[in-house]
Amino acid sequence: MANILEQEVSEQVATDPMVPQLFRTERLKHETDDTFTMSLVPTNENCRISFLPGQFNMLYIFGVGEVPISISGDPAITSALEHTTRSVGMVTKRMGLLKPGELVGVRGPYGTHWPVSENEGRDFVIVSGGIGLAPLRPVLYHMMAQREKYRKIVLLYGARTPEDILYKRELERWRGKFDLEVQVTVDRAASGWRGNVGVVTPLVARAPFNPANTVALLCGPEVMMRFAVMDLQKRGVPAERIYLSMERNMKCALGYCGHCQYGPTFVCKDGPVFRFDTIASIFGKGEI
Amino acid sequence: MIHTLENVIREHPFFRDLPDHLLEIITGCAKNVEFPEGQVLLQEGDPANEFYFIRKGLVSVELLIPNRGPTTVQTIGEGEILGWSWVSPPYRWHFNARTLESTRALVFDGKCLRTKCEQDYQLGYELLKRFATVITGRLDATRLQLMDIYGQHS
Repeated sequence: MANILEQEVSEQVATDPMVPQLFRTERLKHETDDTFTMSLVPTNENCRISFLPGQFNMLYIFGVGEVPISISGDPAITSALEHTTRSVGMVTKRMGLLKPGELVGVRGPYGTHWPVSENEGRDFVIVSGGIGLAPLRPVLYHMMAQREKYRKIVLLYGARTPEDILYKRELERWRGKFDLEVQVTVDRAASGWRGNVGVVTPLVARAPFNPANTVALLCGPEVMMRFAVMDLQKRGVPAERIYLSMERNMKCALGYCGHCQYGPTFVCKDGPVFRFDTIASIFGKGEI
Repeated sequence: MIHTLENVIREHPFFRDLPDHLLEIITGCAKNVEFPEGQVLLQEGDPANEFYFIRKGLVSVELLIPNRGPTTVQTIGEGEILGWSWVSPPYRWHFNARTLESTRALVFDGKCLRTKCEQDYQLGYELLKRFATVITGRLDATRLQLMDIYGQHS
């Protein structure tokens, strides 16, 4: 009887995109005071994880609620999922308290992805701010694993303070490699900080890349992306090679509910990654 | 191409499209300098008689806050311009600036350029136009910095 039920549930999961699959919390790592990375493994042994950099999952904490969270792990790893988020609402605050073994519901992956493999042979400039680095981390894993396929890779990352920098060890490791330029800046720092101070966007002007052959990937607060787009265009990066990850209030992730409508699009299914020229006419408009 | 002072200045976006005769005047007021880490370049309240084009390295712009000590409000790196108080009276620095690492720069004699700008309004206009762009960029950046955009409610 139990086997029949499990099979039914399994079939339902496979066919109904609104039904989450069960994952078990493997570990939870605190990145900063208010951000953490969850590692989740499927309870179904036959489940192989597959996603493209930039996509997100709907994560469900039973009895609390469901939220969309970008996948922040290595796309080459098929046994576990990683998500990094900030404790900001009821669901993410409860997520921050997950213990190893606790169950989480996962739906996805959803949404569009960063155009990485499509742009082999080009320079990449990645501009990110705050928690916006999380959806770009899979891009960096992917490109570092296939470094020979890309030309210059520049990561420009802005955080509030040195204590708020995500993935510190990885950034140091990547910076240590001569084939990846990492520039980090913070809004405020105590006297011990010896790096950049100021917002991330001015770094675009002095970053080493060839604008004529560059793809730009942006993720962070929308106002930061607005200024970053201006600075990229000033350098000569064309609008059709600038990509942004947009954020709106996603609920169903399937384009049914309309909560994440963004002009004529839905962020959950037409995004979250948009090519800038396709949203240029609505980008930065207060009423949209 | 030989990296003469004039070529270095000509290639920098700040001086792009300047007529040759103006470039010549500006080059005449410039020299190459090199500073070790920790060198104070500008001191709040001192006469502002020069500006810098940072070629390599990093400089912190600081304010001394009582009970907190020197506080970095911004850093200026490769390819950027440091110092604009030489442009406007009373020609005194409003901030301190200190190298965070060994730094190479071009220093421009602002006092000499001020005199030349008064004599040649085209030079004055071209320089002010360029400094206005730098100042606008810094103002935008400062506004973003003040907004605390990476905070919880961003």
